[in-house]
Formats: sequence, structure tokens, C-alpha cells
Amino acid sequence: MADPDTTETTSKDGFSLLSLFRRPEAGAAAGFILIFVFFSYFGWEKNFLTPLGSSTWLNFASKVGIIAIPVGFLMIAGELDISVGAMIPAGGIVLAMSVGLYEMNIWVGVIISLAICAGFGFINGMLVTRTNVPSLIVTLATLFVIAGLNAYVSKQLAGTTQHSLADVGVVSEFIMGDYHSLILGDGDSKFTIFRSLQSSFFIWLIFAIVCGYILHVSPWGNWIFAMGGDQESARNAGIPTNRLKIALFMLSAMAAGLVGMTEAVLANTASTTTQFGMIFNSIICVVVGGVLLTGGFGTVTGTVFGTLTFGIVFQGINFTTFDKDLNMLFIGVLLLVAVLMNDSFRNWATSASTSKKK
Amino acid sequence: MSSNTPVLEMRNVDKSFGPIDVLHDISLKVNEGEVLCLLGDNGAGKSTLIKTLSGVHQPTRGEMLMDGKPVSFNRPKDAQDMGIATVHQFGGTYPLMSVGRNFFAGAEPTKGFGPFRIFDRQKANKIAVEQVQKFGITRITDGDRLVGGLSGGERQSLAIARAVYFGARVLILDEPTAALGVKQAAHVLRIVNEAKRRGLAVIFITHQVMHAMAVGDHFAVLIRGAIAADFRKGDKSREEIADLMAGGESMADLEASIGV
Ligand SMILES: Nc1ncnc2c1ncn2[C@@H]1O[C@H](COP(=O)(O)OP(=O)(O)O)[C@@H](O)[C@H]1O
Ligand SMILES: [Mg+2]
Repeated sequence: MADPDTTETTSKDGFSLLSLFRRPEAGAAAGFILIFVFFSYFGWEKNFLTPLGSSTWLNFASKVGIIAIPVGFLMIAGELDISVGAMIPAGGIVLAMSVGLYEMNIWVGVIISLAICAGFGFINGMLVTRTNVPSLIVTLATLFVIAGLNAYVSKQLAGTTQHSLADVGVVSEFIMGDYHSLILGDGDSKFTIFRSLQSSFFIWLIFAIVCGYILHVSPWGNWIFAMGGDQESARNAGIPTNRLKIALFMLSAMAAGLVGMTEAVLANTASTTTQFGMIFNSIICVVVGGVLLTGGFGTVTGTVFGTLTFGIVFQGINFTTFDKDLNMLFIGVLLLVAVLMNDSFRNWATSASTSKKK
Repeated sequence: MSSNTPVLEMRNVDKSFGPIDVLHDISLKVNEGEVLCLLGDNGAGKSTLIKTLSGVHQPTRGEMLMDGKPVSFNRPKDAQDMGIATVHQFGGTYPLMSVGRNFFAGAEPTKGFGPFRIFDRQKANKIAVEQVQKFGITRITDGDRLVGGLSGGERQSLAIARAVYFGARVLILDEPTAALGVKQAAHVLRIVNEAKRRGLAVIFITHQVMHAMAVGDHFAVLIRGAIAADFRKGDKSREEIADLMAGGESMADLEASIGV
């Protein structure tokens, strides 16, 4: 029987630690603030903090961010998806070909593109759930399969790997790929809220809210955590783990395709070039955001903070007098610190507090 | 329903995996409010037996009855739907989720409508804490607490409380005390007694004769896939049971053979 006074102390001294550690997004947020202050100081001269300066890294972050959230879901569920590197160009070229080559309405093109990406995601999910091959290997294989298809199909259908996508209407440009500014007042009293933010930034914002709702508020979030925590128990508890996992692979594929589409609409061009960098970038954002590599834990807010931090470090270096080559080094250190913090969080959270009693 | 009808019964069940015979002619029954202890050495077939009872495996021959009616489980879900809950060591809990989320994993209480149904955290936490406290785990007072911070016994107890709350009639516990210290094991045994008091039929698998003696009403010893002994509480002494578990050799023989 637990005696009352030890119970007291555990709950009391556990509390200050608890409120801090229980929310690893707090760690990700603290990291973000630290990096933000650092670059605001060293980038002051070169306008890092101005609306236009901020847009540089926010626009960059938004594209990684849209992919990082569902990749984070998968990591929480105990899986990885690296095929996103080929899914980004797939999304872009399917849209460009639908509109340019087959003269479809842009929204029809968007739906076709999303459907094709969803199909690839479904294949990823089926392969992972039906075989017991780790998702790292499955999606590594599909990464190359899709990359190959991108180039081959492009050349067969359009005779090129570089597609152009003409402006296709004000509304679709506005939603999919344009620059947005919000400036209040004019003349001397004018105040800039934001300037030259791309559509993808707003898509990221909305997507983060929807995904945050799914993971933390809706009952499905509980299923994702349970699946990553102990797949066997989750299945025994009646959670449809296979279907859920397939859905998550479809989500990450569609998110990557969407990023490819926003890039294509913004730049009026789509290329089949596989974006290997985005594979690493999305995983870094997720880990810096406090999602455990071993699964079972993570937050959307944390991932968003992780992405913002990553965006600042990656782009912010241009605003400082530091050598540009140092950004890789910064990111490496950032990742190491984040992994160590996540690891100590896990050890702390899974070590029985009763050990204090003895 | 007559109280004499066993809740769950196996009649002449054989189980083989291809050419390997694992269970031979197993007949067992367990009644409401009774603990059946399944004893046996490593590899005797205990896990195979309970996997058959919980729908993971299907018997090769023989039949299973629930409330006297023949049943067959094609999937673990079928057994669960009939009220058979199996708790494995540390199974059924997720260390990095809160007590409330753990308790309701897969059966989340919600509020709101349609696509806006949200996980009712407060309700989940309240019920979870209430239920585990009813099982005597008074140290859990905060439903937001991560389960990874609980002791092994508490986690086991949480899983049992969960099974009972969701209407289990038969509780199968596969070596729930195996990796636990004395205090923690006592905790789990108390909960087994509480489940029994509430009228559940419990099948309790263990290596430790002491643990079996503490809660068992009925004992079955499995040796190389067959029931070697089946007796009620008080019919045999602790030494006799230990001998049976050692595979029929008496403890004295064993001691002699290792030259103590
Ligand atoms: N799926 C299977 N296929 C083949 N043999 C099995 C299988 N499962 C268990 N066995 C065999 O059945 C025997 C009993 O195993 P088990 O039920 O796990 O014993 P216990 O739980 O009593 O230690 C062992 O010899 C084991 O190798
Ligand atoms: Mg076993």
C-alpha cells in the first residue's frame, strides 16, 4: 500500500517538472524563440525582422511544413515516408500536364493530381501493412519508382521533363500560388502586417489547424498515438491499424503533391527533378519539433515550431554576416540537440516514478 | 442462466501447428467468480492454450463452449465481443499516453456532433481515475499523467481495470506477475481477487506457485501440452504443486540430481 506522505512528495516535486516536460512543444517553442532572437540580432542590419525579410523564411518553411505535419503523423505511428521527395514533382507535373497538355480546368487538374498521389500513398500503405518490410525501405523503393515514372511518363506524354503552366485564372492563382500582402492604411501611417507571403504559407496555416484538430482533439488522434505506442495492443483494442496507416501514407503523399502544385502554379513551371533535400528537411522539422523517432509521441504545434526554427536557420543565415556554408552545420547541431532532448524526455516519461520511493 | 454452467469451457481440444502437436485433449472449465490457475513449465503450451481461448489460434479438434453453447472464434475480435479479455504482460498500455487516453484507446468517449465529435478528455480522465481507484490503485489521481511513469504493477492493473470496465466476463492474464517485484505482484494479485469478487471468471497463468496459491480456486497443471493434474484449492499442498510444475519429478529428486 502506498503510504500517504511519499505519494505527496511524488506529486509535489513532480509537478514543476511535469508542467514543463509534459509538453515537448514547449521545448520546440523555446528552441524557436532562442533561434529567432539570435537571428533577429545578427540579421538586424540586413532586415531579417522586416515583413519582407520574414517572408523569405516563412515561405520556405511553409513548403517543408505542409509535408512535415503528415510525416510527423507517420513518425508518431511508427513509420517513415521518404517517397515524398518524388511525390512533390509528381504533383506538379500532373497538374501542369492536365492543364497545359490536356487543357483541363485547373481544379480538375488539382483533383487528378491529388488522386494520383493518394494512389501512390495507398500503395505505400498497402506494402507496409501487408508485408512486414520497414516503411523506410518500402518508401525508398517507391521514391525511385515514382521518380522514374515522373521522368518517363513526362517524356512519353509531353516530350519533355520541364513543363510550363500558364496563369490560369485569378482565383486559382490566389489560392494555389501567388504573393500576398496585407498593408493597413497608406502614406505615412501605413502599417505592414505581412508582405509577399506565398499562398503555400496560408495553406500550411490552415492545414496545421486541421491536422492539430485531428491529432489532439478528435478521437482519431488517440488511435494514431496508440498505434505508435503498441501496435499489437492497439489492434486488440479494436483500432483499425492497417486502414489508419494506409490513410496516413495517403495523407503524406497528397500533402507532398500539394506542395508540388503550389510551386508549379507560383513559378508557372513544373519539373520532374526529385527533391531529395525535402526528404531530410521534413524529417528534421519533425524531430526538431519533438516527435519521437521511436513513435508514440509528438504534437502538431511542436512540428510547426520545429519547421519555423528550421526555416530560420536555413534561410536566416543569408541575413547575417556568417558564412552561408555554416547553415548545414547549424542544422546538424540543431538536430543533435533536439534528438538528445527528445530522448531524455522519453526516458524521463517512461521511467517509473515509484523508483523515487526507495 | 444456471450458476453451474461454466462461463467458458474447453472440451477435448487438440492444437497442432502442422506436424507439431502442442496441445493434447485439453478439457477445462472456468466459472463465474472463480480463478483458474494455469500452471506449467516453459514451453508446456500455456500461451498456446490461452491464444486458442482468445481467438488467436483455432483448435485443431475439440470444441469450446461459452455459457454451455458451442462457440468458435475466428479472430481475437470475436472473442473480445463475447467478453473474453486477454491481458499480456505490459500489453494494453501505451507508455507515452495519459492514463485517460490509455484507458479509452479504441473506445474514446466523444462530445459534439458528426465530424466535430471531439475526444472528451475530462470524461475519459474522470472515469479512468475512478475505475483504477476502485481497484485500489489510489496513487493514480491525475488522468493526464503519462502511463510510462507508472510502475509495472500499476500498468498491469490499469489494463485489467480497463478490461473489466468494458464488460469483460472472462479475464485471461498471461503471466501478469512474471517481471514484478514482491510488492507489485501483490498489487496485481489483489486486483485479480477484486475481479473475482465482481463475478468475473479469471484464467491466471503463472510460474510462481505462491502467486497461484494466493488467488486460485482451481488449478490445472500443463505438462508437454496435456493436463497433468486438475484439482481444487486445498486438495494439494504447495510442495505437491511445485513438484507437478517441475514436470512430475519431485523436488527431492531434483535436488538430488544437482547434488545439493
Ligand atoms: N505458432 C507456432 N508454431 C509452431 N509451434 C509453436 C507455435 N506456437 C507455439 N509453438 C510451440 O508450442 C510449444 C508451447 O509453447 P507455449 O504455448 O508458448 O508455451 P508456454 O507459454 O507454456 O511457455 C513450444 O514448444 C512452442 O515451440
Ligand atoms: Mg508463455
